[in-house]
Amino acid sequence: MTLFEARDVSKKFAGIMALDNVSIDVNDGEIVGLVGPNGAGKTTFFNCLLGLLKPDGGTITFDGAELSRVPTHRRARIGIGRTFQRIELFSGMSVREHLLVAERARRGDGRLWKDVIGMGRPRPDELARVDAMLELLGLTAEADRPVEMLSLGRARVVELARALMIEPKLLLLDEPSSGLDHAETAEIAEKLREVNRERGTAILIVEHDMPMVRSLVSRVFVLDFGRLIASGSVDEVFDDDAVRKAYIGDNN
Amino acid sequence: MDNFFGGLTDGVAFGSVYALLAIGLVLAYKTSGVFNIAFGVQAYASGALFYVLHTKHDVNAFVAFIAAVVVMAPLLGIVLDRVLFRFLRGAPEINRLITALGLLVAIPGLVQLKFDQTQATSAKGVVPNGDTVYSWGPAHLTRDQIAIIVAMALVAIGITLLFRYSPLGLRMRAVVESPRMAELAGVNSNRISMASWMLTSFVAGLAGVLLPQITGNQVVDVYYTTLVTAAIVAAVLASLTSVPLAVAAGLGLGVVQEWLNRFLPTNSIVASNIRPGLPFISLFLVLALDPRLRRIRSASDPLAGVDPPPVAAIAATRTRNAARGTRLFWLIAGLGYLYYVMGHGNASVVDDAVRIAIYAILFCSIVVATGLGGQLPLAQATFAGIGGAVSSQLATQQGLSVIVTILIGAGVAAVIGMVMSLPALRLGGIFLTLFTFGFALAFESVFVKFGWVTGGLFPEASPRPAIGPIDFGNDHSFLVMCLVVFGVVATIVVLVRGGTTGRFLSAVRGSETAAASIGISAARARIVTFGLAAGIAGLGGGLLTSYEGHYSATNWQTFIGLFWLVIVVTIGPRTIDGALQAAFVFVLFQKRVLPVWLPWLLNHVQPFWKINALPSAVQFIFFGLGAVTYAKHPEGILEFNKRNAMGTFQRLTHRSQGGNDSTIEGPMSSHGAAAS
Repeated sequence: MTLFEARDVSKKFAGIMALDNVSIDVNDGEIVGLVGPNGAGKTTFFNCLLGLLKPDGGTITFDGAELSRVPTHRRARIGIGRTFQRIELFSGMSVREHLLVAERARRGDGRLWKDVIGMGRPRPDELARVDAMLELLGLTAEADRPVEMLSLGRARVVELARALMIEPKLLLLDEPSSGLDHAETAEIAEKLREVNRERGTAILIVEHDMPMVRSLVSRVFVLDFGRLIASGSVDEVFDDDAVRKAYIGDNN
Repeated sequence: MDNFFGGLTDGVAFGSVYALLAIGLVLAYKTSGVFNIAFGVQAYASGALFYVLHTKHDVNAFVAFIAAVVVMAPLLGIVLDRVLFRFLRGAPEINRLITALGLLVAIPGLVQLKFDQTQATSAKGVVPNGDTVYSWGPAHLTRDQIAIIVAMALVAIGITLLFRYSPLGLRMRAVVESPRMAELAGVNSNRISMASWMLTSFVAGLAGVLLPQITGNQVVDVYYTTLVTAAIVAAVLASLTSVPLAVAAGLGLGVVQEWLNRFLPTNSIVASNIRPGLPFISLFLVLALDPRLRRIRSASDPLAGVDPPPVAAIAATRTRNAARGTRLFWLIAGLGYLYYVMGHGNASVVDDAVRIAIYAILFCSIVVATGLGGQLPLAQATFAGIGGAVSSQLATQQGLSVIVTILIGAGVAAVIGMVMSLPALRLGGIFLTLFTFGFALAFESVFVKFGWVTGGLFPEASPRPAIGPIDFGNDHSFLVMCLVVFGVVATIVVLVRGGTTGRFLSAVRGSETAAASIGISAARARIVTFGLAAGIAGLGGGLLTSYEGHYSATNWQTFIGLFWLVIVVTIGPRTIDGALQAAFVFVLFQKRVLPVWLPWLLNHVQPFWKINALPSAVQFIFFGLGAVTYAKHPEGILEFNKRNAMGTFQRLTHRSQGGNDSTIEGPMSSHGAAAS
């Protein structure tokens, strides 16, 4: 069943067509890849999907609801989680605090009056969920460290953990292996498979690491200069000579 | 028709002043990343030197001009860069603005140590025979006006060429964006930054020397600051980036203002209230309505990731025993002080204690807005004034219970704070701060003059509260009530900080985009922050009005609010004890240092060093320079010293247990680890 569908989404920046009638869909529990060279419009598409940018044309539906008038934070609350190409963490907070904030945001009960009467402190069940997520992603040892003290690879895992805390139905990952070594890339791929398998979370992943994409996804969409130039199963797309030559490289 | 052309020519001349100042603001922002709210007082420093040399000592105008504009102004720029702003490169915009606020408060006081501005009423201009009039049909311009127009045009052309065609202009913009990245590309950031500040100061100096010709030949700091505030409108219309737009906006503002002066009736509310407040109303409206400003966000340094993490509050890192010991110490000290005040203090001591409690409540509003929300609202005194006015009016006109009216006043302030934040929801950083500044100035220049708001020039006496048989007319009982209210407010702030709201605000401060990606609404967080902070300020305003017995507009001037902010930020904007100690220092200065200790000191200093300082000037210097310490200690002086003291304490206790110093966990060690 289709969870997310973008139809003919367009976005123009000062005369440059960043997205030109792009249509992409993701089914429940599916892992889908979105690839293409730098500047193809992948991150712009993510930003349109999340509401950080307003598309000039087209429609985006998620779980049967049209999203054009839904603000970014509401999109997160209805089940779209995201990580960023350039890491976006909350400076000054520890790893645990990141997850606790996300847990509170998921519950959506952060009212000022509750804080005023002393009901704003973390509850045992919230702390337990945070501990479980720390355990799941292997972050327990770093739980109380400020995020500024983490390596790039661990910071990406924290972003992933924070996104997962809101229990998204669809997880958007923007180049999760960027800046990671082989071992870290393999580790994050394994975590994603685990999350997909155990939670049924659908994943739309933007990635340049083709072996990682091959090992994870069932379908791929290829963007170039804002246009969708190919889509289909991994084998179909990666065996397409034009795609291999232009966007993936002969050696992959 | 004569009025039309007369207004046009006078407006162009006056608008050239706005344009020149707006160019200075744009220049400072583009080349140093600082919204230099102290630009006007920098100009004032040069204007004062020119006045002293040319008017008082009859030094040749050209020589005095060179000394004030070409020598002193750039030197001041070098000092500001070397001593302050060099340490703030890469710091958040708000930190740089706070430092500029400190300068705004301190520089006039420093200048007045040797320069008595009350005597500077007939300044000679830099242009010989400046009042000579040239006429072209219905249009008339004096030599002074022509000089200002020409100076503004030359500066505008020069700076436009600098940015568009010179490598220096390009390097200046690169250093603002990322000094570390610029250095990696072979640019000497220190030298470029110094050149930027010299250039900005030169423009300020030029404006400072030219301005007295259109302000009645007076060299008074308030005139400079007021003109710069009006020029902010032009700078904002230029999005703080475009020199040509700043010129057009400055000229337009000047012309519109002159036409309004000539065509609006002189005996209406519009004339008496709105006309003088036009620049401030324009500032408020432009920031609320200009859609371009909503998309502007300050650029983040691509190399910001190499910075160490911000240090945690000491309360969050000290050991359990240290925390207990600290609490016990302050409990005993507080109880001892109360015992002295209630049992043995005379009326003056009780008065001190009441004011400390009330100002501590007021300053808690700054802890919420700045320490918790990461915003820099410049309208807290206005909200306090709203609380005081509502409470006073309802109590005297409607006869309601004073306790109830104080709470209603706080509620009204909170609602206005939330409503005011609505148009500002999409504004960020500096523009949000300026929006609150525009609101405060517009409110002060329009609404405060209405009798139905404040009770007129001589408002009725505002009574003290009573609850059943308990009458708070007595100062001792009023003190107890204020302490209880402070306790409640402090508890609420602590609970909010540790609760969901505080965590969400921290997240939004850390990354608004990431916060939105997990479902946190930055808009809602801002509304809550503004409302809570405004409500607390309104509560304090109601209490002070009731305590003093009448509404006093001078308590709630916008500039007073800036001064409060400077004090709290200097001492500790994140914590309740920061607010309490800021209140203590503020009242100590008002009641003891300024009227008693300082005159005594001045009497002993005068024989050796003759200075013209008024006591109030020293207060501004002290706190203004205190705020510039924010450049190095954004956590506040109090927090910095507490950290040092706690480090020493933990080292000593650890040593006494036979431990090794290097193994001590704490903020200093974590900071060091991160830095390494």
